[in-house]
Amino acid sequence: MSATTSASRVPGRAKDLRASSALHRRRARTDAVIRFLCLVATALGLLFLVSILATLVVKGAGGISLSVFTEVTRPPGSNGGLLNAIIGSLIQVTLATLIGTPIGLLVGTYLAEYAGTSRFGYVVRFVSDVLLSAPSILIGLFIYQLMVLPFGGFSGWAGAVALAIIVIPVVVRTTEDMLRLIPNTLREAVIGLGAPKWKMVVLVCWRAAFSGILTGILLAVARVAGETAPLLFTSLGNLNWSVDLAKPMSSLPITIYSYAGSPYEDWITLAWTGALIITLGVLGLNILARTLLRARRR
Amino acid sequence: MANDTGTIAQATTPETRPSAGSFGGMTARSGAAMNSARIAIRSLDFYYGSNKALKGISLDLPDRQVTGMIGPSGCGKSTLLRVLNRMYSLYPGQRAEGEVMLDGQNIIAPDIDLNALRAKVGMVFQKPTPFPMSIHENIAFGIRLHETLPRAEMEERVEWALTRAALWPEVKDRLHSSAMGLSGGQQQRLCIARSIAVRPEVMLFDEPTSALDPISTLKIEELIDELKQDFTIAIVTHNMQQAARCADQVAFFYLGELVEVAPAGEMFTAPRQKRTQEYITGRFG
Repeated sequence: MSATTSASRVPGRAKDLRASSALHRRRARTDAVIRFLCLVATALGLLFLVSILATLVVKGAGGISLSVFTEVTRPPGSNGGLLNAIIGSLIQVTLATLIGTPIGLLVGTYLAEYAGTSRFGYVVRFVSDVLLSAPSILIGLFIYQLMVLPFGGFSGWAGAVALAIIVIPVVVRTTEDMLRLIPNTLREAVIGLGAPKWKMVVLVCWRAAFSGILTGILLAVARVAGETAPLLFTSLGNLNWSVDLAKPMSSLPITIYSYAGSPYEDWITLAWTGALIITLGVLGLNILARTLLRARRR
Repeated sequence: MANDTGTIAQATTPETRPSAGSFGGMTARSGAAMNSARIAIRSLDFYYGSNKALKGISLDLPDRQVTGMIGPSGCGKSTLLRVLNRMYSLYPGQRAEGEVMLDGQNIIAPDIDLNALRAKVGMVFQKPTPFPMSIHENIAFGIRLHETLPRAEMEERVEWALTRAALWPEVKDRLHSSAMGLSGGQQQRLCIARSIAVRPEVMLFDEPTSALDPISTLKIEELIDELKQDFTIAIVTHNMQQAARCADQVAFFYLGELVEVAPAGEMFTAPRQKRTQEYITGRFG
């Protein structure tokens, strides 16, 4: 090709190589405009993010004291804390993760390793993706119909299951995506040793995708830790100390929701503090995950 | 790159490979005649859906010899390899017809225990495929699939496999660190060790050195030469010199047909078919 076509005959190629040429100046202008738009968008995004975090720290950090973690919620003006809300959130989020992760992991594995291009696989994938973006209040209402009305009351179990339903599609999607990143030759190498397929999946594929799947699970935990809507109709909230899963259970988002809307100064401060605690918790979880993964890779 | 590989390997061959003499035409031919067929392929057809990729292949893999498979891309040589351990059975729509006899059984019959077959017929791939676990676990994984060994015997077997794959001296002090940290050539020898740890009868190599540097390539080739004392070997390669160096008999495939099969010396010095000659002299492919 190079032997028969000289540079000047290639269509669209500039003959004038000086930076002052009209073509070059036009390209430089377009470049500057695009770069400016990108920068403005970035600045705008960062502005919101930083202002949210700053407000959170300014309003919430002042309220942090030992009593927040040692005292339960009390009537306004009596030095209450958030202990029951923190413990309630921990219990419900942990349960939701324990229920949702195995289901999500297995569904994602089914989609990546067994479903192939089958019609059923396509439907499952579609439904899971719909669930992923379903408004979380719908999930709250669904569990209300399923677990609250028939059993005669709000409960921690109902809250945990509602959150688990949000965990499932997140884990499904990341599990499938991570498993699909594994090259097929690795699968063939396992099968080639005479391994049954389930051993290939469980002992090699899951291990190869471990870091990605764990990231997905943590993402799901971070997501449900801040969910309020699904808990409104399920675990309701509880102003008293209670770890009984059969009874209404307190949680940080619900407490923030009701405290922030109250007219009492100390409750409003506690709401900000609660929000800060959730944010720091999620941040800590992320850092922990990254550290674990880095240690594992070494 | 192929040429570099060839030059280096050939220059080293006489000193490092005691059996190099047997690569001369006559010796190889008489050698081939002495060994009975470990695998006998008869009238094998293979289909990817409706696309016929192998047409009436009949070929013997002589016991404890290396059969090199050459031919241009898409000629069916890798497909043939994937028939020999039924790898194709993973994929719906792929099927084989005909007869592939191993130890008196037609391995492409539907009632074959594929896991048992794959324990007998090991495979090493083009790209190294270490499992995401320790070096020791990589080897033990395959063994555990088929045998339950007491600890001491397991350690022995792992050492034996790594030694046979010429990797033991390099890894004996870090058996429990991740296999992903090995170099490409080491990873490929690990994969060979993992395969032979299961103690197969047949070893299939699908372009085992095309992702490796010349030094690693040389090591793998020496290893293959060494392994043929115990295993029947089939190797697919795009590198003609490699086929000439490693194989006792060479099969040339073209467009899904087996054009010619001959002892290595004869194939590269006096091919009977015109297409074979054109391919090995680089006129197409």
